[in-house]
Amino acid sequence: MDALFTGLLRLADDHLILGHRISEWCGHAPMLEEDLALPNIALDVIGQARALYTYAGEVEGKGRDEDALAFRRLERDYVNALICEKENGDFARTLVRLLAFSTFMMHFWEAAKGSFDPTIKGIAGKAVKENAYHVRHASEWVIRLGDGTDESAGRTADAVTYLAPYMGELFEDDAVVQALAANGTLPLPSTLKEGWIADMAFVMGKARLEMPDLSFNHSGGRQGVHTEEMGHLLAELQYMQRTYPGMEW
Amino acid sequence: MSENEIPLWEVFIRPRNGLAHRHCGSLHAADAEMAIQAARDVYTRRGEGTSVWVIPSSEVVASDPADKGEMFDPADDKIYRHPSFYDIPDDVGHM
Repeated sequence: MDALFTGLLRLADDHLILGHRISEWCGHAPMLEEDLALPNIALDVIGQARALYTYAGEVEGKGRDEDALAFRRLERDYVNALICEKENGDFARTLVRLLAFSTFMMHFWEAAKGSFDPTIKGIAGKAVKENAYHVRHASEWVIRLGDGTDESAGRTADAVTYLAPYMGELFEDDAVVQALAANGTLPLPSTLKEGWIADMAFVMGKARLEMPDLSFNHSGGRQGVHTEEMGHLLAELQYMQRTYPGMEW
Repeated sequence: MSENEIPLWEVFIRPRNGLAHRHCGSLHAADAEMAIQAARDVYTRRGEGTSVWVIPSSEVVASDPADKGEMFDPADDKIYRHPSFYDIPDDVGHM
């Protein structure tokens, strides 16, 4: 399969699936202010997914639009990183995941602003600003939770331990990303790891938390092999289009 | 009970350059940095702002409602303070 299509689909799936997870907080956040902040972030992330799906559909050239790619594929066809599909858990876990992912994307989009592909360059230019706010929001919360009460510190430390084995997958290279990096289309994920570690260490230090242990990581998302949580997520995400195919409103 | 409550902040938004910050509401946040972020999320979602101020609500000094009579009633019968007794030349247009 075309490397560009696969690369775009991975990015788009990351954003759709994570955006869906964050949107699950709508109406359930611990306070009204956060009930607006998290869906705001979800909308940014899903907006990025839309742009990526639309471009992926054009690249594929088979007439699939953003909705077809987002809602009408089977579980094994989704190629998001596993960290994006894991259940929200508590507020701390949601924010630790957002911190890890948005910090990764900060480096990714910054590098992608120099892409030779003008569409990717455009998407990156918009995403950099949106994502910078996600990093800031997640960082400030993680610092306050980690350096907060015994309960918030304990839960946040648990979240880091729980999510650590899912962070390394973000930096995995394979033939697809190597091909895209070789022609200057997208950055090579492994090259972003050093900057990510430095940024995470800064926030973890202020939060008085241990750095996540990256010595082992789960893998498989990029090949469509998901955790058991993915099927449940898709059942809800795809419900409308499965029940009323082609529905628009 | 009250010692566990998250502090309240008053939010001021400046819609455009050249205009003043205007009070638009209040919100809860743990500290100033979080209050600025919450204000951005709660009050500028539709492009309302170019600048945000937040101040702790506890720092607001308010007039006493019981003093309303002596504070505000004396202004009621001084309509000459409104600039509404001048003839405006037509050439001036709308003021």
